Amino acid sequence: MLGNLLKNRLWLTVLMLLLALIYLFPMVFVICNSFMSKNEVVSNYTISHSNAGGSIRLRLIPEIVSLEQYYNVFILKYDYLFYFWNSALLVVPIVAGQLIVSIFAAYAFAKLRFRFRDQLFFAYIVAMMMPFQATLVPNYIMSSNLGILGGRISVILPGIFGAFGVFLLRQFMCYIPDEYIEAALVDGANHLRILFEIALPLVRTGLAAMVILLVIDNWNMVEQPLIFLDNFKEFPLSIVLSDINNTEKGIVFAASVIYMVPMLLIFLYGEKYIVEGIQLSGLKA
Amino acid sequence: MRLKRFHLREWHIAIMFLSPSLLGFLLFYIVPFLQSIWYSMIDNVLNKKFIGLANYAALLTSSSFLTGCGNTLRFTAIFIPVNLTLSFLIASALNKTRYCADMLRMSFIAPLVIPVASVVAFWSLFFDSRGVLNQITGYIGWETADWLNSDKAIYCVVLLYIWKNTGYSMVMFLAGLQNIPAQYYEAADIEGANAWDRFRHITAVYLSPTTFFIIIISIINSFKIFREIYLLAGSYPNRSIYTIQHYMNNMFHSLDYQKLTSASFLTVLVIYMFVVILYSVERKVGRYIS
Repeated sequence: MLGNLLKNRLWLTVLMLLLALIYLFPMVFVICNSFMSKNEVVSNYTISHSNAGGSIRLRLIPEIVSLEQYYNVFILKYDYLFYFWNSALLVVPIVAGQLIVSIFAAYAFAKLRFRFRDQLFFAYIVAMMMPFQATLVPNYIMSSNLGILGGRISVILPGIFGAFGVFLLRQFMCYIPDEYIEAALVDGANHLRILFEIALPLVRTGLAAMVILLVIDNWNMVEQPLIFLDNFKEFPLSIVLSDINNTEKGIVFAASVIYMVPMLLIFLYGEKYIVEGIQLSGLKA
Repeated sequence: MRLKRFHLREWHIAIMFLSPSLLGFLLFYIVPFLQSIWYSMIDNVLNKKFIGLANYAALLTSSSFLTGCGNTLRFTAIFIPVNLTLSFLIASALNKTRYCADMLRMSFIAPLVIPVASVVAFWSLFFDSRGVLNQITGYIGWETADWLNSDKAIYCVVLLYIWKNTGYSMVMFLAGLQNIPAQYYEAADIEGANAWDRFRHITAVYLSPTTFFIIIISIINSFKIFREIYLLAGSYPNRSIYTIQHYMNNMFHSLDYQKLTSASFLTVLVIYMFVVILYSVERKVGRYIS
């Protein structure tokens, strides 16, 4: 019985390992191919007259390991670092702003009693679930009302007031026992002190999860900058990458890796928080 | 009397704490949303004549809008059952394996975290008419197809979306599985229940709230597939993957704000409905279980 069980589990693990390899393959493929020379990429993956009718074979191992793609992306052509900075200029203010705004709002939704609290929170949830195209019009109208259309601020401001941060932090704060807060109130602490000295230390995981999930989400941003930004010199990496994807196959893999790496690091370092954040976004309405 | 003062103060504090968030929320979501409802009921931006629901009537007869709706529905109908089954199987397998469980879990979550734009280079080679997918389907004897430029494109998007989202549903299922008390299974074993009985009477019952949540969230997320399709197939993809979001995007670029705002209001309505269902059922189930 025990031996059978062990064999079963081993079989299962092997199967899962194979499946996991399939899931990881696109990433591995892109990373491996980023070390090929431009010519090798082009001759491998574009159909020319010489191999018309043939089929594309995906290659993992470069014939000669080369940093030519990286050299092109960083220095020769695209000023990649410059666009990297553009992405940061959008992501950092959005995440920092949303963090500050959400801390207070989440505490109010989780631990304070007031009229229409649940209805208001529900409106936040609905806003959070909207696809970008549905909030595009409202955001666009308001940006043009405020006269900020075209600049970075027109992407940043709606981003700061996204409802996700409030939602996630509130889920975490709901787990703080009310007794802690009542006890602190009896001791004469006000809610501001309770928030910073009791609530926030208790939801450190939640803060980390929120920051990580927000960074990932905003790093991926494609639609908002495309529509709101006038100047292509302010475009983030995500858009520049899809441009390279369409126009210059020879260096696309290195460009992709550079775009992927920050998220990969965040993932390796913060996987625990990502999992917890996802799990808590589903419990306790 | 003292209690009353206490509540009053709490209400004041709540307003103070909420005001920054609420101000932005009103400014960027609620007010312009109301404004866009108004836009959806006028004839055009210059004339501003109130025409009631005429824009909605026009929308519901517009063939490209209906195509978009149909495709979003079709996508959901294929994506959800496959994704649900696959992620449940992976989650229960991971729940059982002791070896490399962390590493395996991370492999399935990675696609969720890695930006799609950075692996599009792979997927476009994969779906290319001379690409890997055709070589695989060739082995089992299917005809070669130009996947992205035919009505089969929807399957490509489903595949990509499954690859990306298995991790999310898997994490949810894992949490659900770990919350089932082990004694239940032990008791079932003592009573001689087989695997199917255990699944039907314990696992399925306890996972039903989770499953329900995943289904609704997946439906809501199906309204967000625009980015993946855009990166894979550009602004004008094959008809089979032309979604409501493409429609809205194109209306935006052709400055047809009336159609755009009516379409976005309908979207908001549909999503609102799903969120209401989600939360009312979840509340009932929560009460039932506790």
